[in-house]
Amino acid sequence: MGKPGPDGRFGGFGGRFVPETLVPALQELEAAFVEAWADPAFTSELDSLLGSYAGRPSPLTECHRLSEELGVRLLLKREDLNHTGSHKINNVLGQALLARRMGKSRLVAETGAGQHGVATATAAALFGLECDVYMGEVDMARQELNVFRMRLLGARVMPASSGSRTLKDAVNDAMRDWVATVEDSHYCLGSVMGPHPYPWMVREFHRVLGREAESQCRDLLEGGLPDTVVACVGGGSNAAGIFSGFAEHPEVDLVGVEPAGGAAVGHGVPGIVHGMLSYLMQDEWGQVTEAESISAGLDYPGVGPEHSHLAETGRAEYPSVTDDEVVEAFVSLSRTEGIIPALESAHALAWVIRERERLESCTVLVNLSGRGDKDVDQMMGLLGDRL
Amino acid sequence: MSGEGTTLQAALGRRTASGGKCLVPYLTGGLPQAPPADWLTTLSAIAGAGADAIEVGVPFSDPVMDGPVIQQASEEALGAGVNPHSLLDRLGSADVGVPLAVMTYANLVFRFGWQRFAETLADSGVAAAILPDVPLEESAPWCSAADAAGVETVMLAAPTGSDERLQAVVERARGFVYAVGLLGVTGERSELASTSRVIARRLRRLTDKPVLVGVGIGSPDQAREVCQDADGVVIGSAVVRTAMATRSPEAVADLVGEFRAALDAG
Repeated sequence: MGKPGPDGRFGGFGGRFVPETLVPALQELEAAFVEAWADPAFTSELDSLLGSYAGRPSPLTECHRLSEELGVRLLLKREDLNHTGSHKINNVLGQALLARRMGKSRLVAETGAGQHGVATATAAALFGLECDVYMGEVDMARQELNVFRMRLLGARVMPASSGSRTLKDAVNDAMRDWVATVEDSHYCLGSVMGPHPYPWMVREFHRVLGREAESQCRDLLEGGLPDTVVACVGGGSNAAGIFSGFAEHPEVDLVGVEPAGGAAVGHGVPGIVHGMLSYLMQDEWGQVTEAESISAGLDYPGVGPEHSHLAETGRAEYPSVTDDEVVEAFVSLSRTEGIIPALESAHALAWVIRERERLESCTVLVNLSGRGDKDVDQMMGLLGDRL
Repeated sequence: MSGEGTTLQAALGRRTASGGKCLVPYLTGGLPQAPPADWLTTLSAIAGAGADAIEVGVPFSDPVMDGPVIQQASEEALGAGVNPHSLLDRLGSADVGVPLAVMTYANLVFRFGWQRFAETLADSGVAAAILPDVPLEESAPWCSAADAAGVETVMLAAPTGSDERLQAVVERARGFVYAVGLLGVTGERSELASTSRVIARRLRRLTDKPVLVGVGIGSPDQAREVCQDADGVVIGSAVVRTAMATRSPEAVADLVGEFRAALDAG
């Protein structure tokens, strides 16, 4: 997984379909990222923050009981143990450092489940930056806890009230905000999506988790590599991070798991929204359709362009799982391993559980991208007496 | 080719040649009006009230360059069942009397097919197109299709652009150069942004093509003020807000007439 082409594309996907006002800002951001990423002072400051503040490296956990039950050797990359509870902190610390370096005083972000919003609010607090987070009204209702966390951290949470009132609309509103505030604000985009250079830059900021996982597998496994690497995919940032550690090894299968109600790669066709050309759920006229998933973080009709490219070239596959399968996986990991996963991450586990016969005796690495604390309230309502 | 013969630019050129200022109102295509009137009646009323050309929005689900008024109008028109095919079909059967420019977003055109969309515009008698999320770097597939079909592509120029970038934008622009008046999305503002006249002046130094300022022009006074530097204005949210509030072609025509009078008074 290398650099995109000069036109910001991975194969035929990506690009920069944004209002003219933003083009100079994206060019400036790209130049600043290229320069910072080659600057040892920047990367060592980031590494130091990832260690002393975010808690990296995150461990690799072998799931003994669930492995036995499934007949699959199951390993988890524990991004749930990072500060703020998910992989999102990796990207946000990188972008906040970059924003400071570019002289920006304010971060704007979108959020779905609230994990990226909380991470952005956290980084803003750490660096003394202003922070406004756009969140769909529907998501604000189902992720109240994260709304409060963001406010506690000093961020303003701005309700996105148009369209489906979920992540897609929060991205629209964040981009509209940035069009108006581009001179002093940095758009801290939360996934490997949007206009170039975001899909590439965000993947690079998550590369650390793939690199760690690859090295931890080498220490733990006799053959050095897992047979299959699995991650959930909404926009696709945690998947991009873990895939980046293994994509150069053709013997490792890469699997990105989409929600059945938001399967951009599985059920979409190429389209243009949020600045990128990528697989997209849309109607016959090109109107973007609304995703519907139990997890707010995957409730997104599009997908990062590099995933479209990996799908088209056959390097990765993108199956989907249903909400019921996800709930089963959520309970199963809690009870066999004492780890409550985020509903997003439970998608990756759900696929492994469903495909256990195909995966028999294989070593499977799942990116446990986040912890489930934020989902407990929602699941209490759903499961209640059934437990 | 900077076009004497091209329809939109020719129409605007006639206005400026006589020392006048150009007025291009915007209406969301398919926006319901009070029966028996419909949005085509409103288009004709706008033309009759002194518009030099009209921008017709083809509504998209995710209009990222638009503020609340046009977002709401787009949602409403989509809810009423409008789609690009039916909308262009109706435009093709109408004779509004002034050149039309379609304004829409990249995905509707991409899904339709760049070439097929350009040809359909030409067949429907639409002179020009404005695609606010297709900047210069991404414009080649569309522009070659549009050029081949004889459709003028209006390009947006923003206050954030360097002179070098503005130069490249005006060279690629056909019909007119759409000067984005401020940092922000479409919508009325209580005062004219200082950036409006600055961007108009910068562009006028670079091109002989008509320079029209849009985004943030909400009142006749603001239109007159910005036209001290610009060749004209695009007015969107003010028109659409009136069309939604009154559902009346006459009320919209009255508003457009006020802008016309302000520009003619100079």
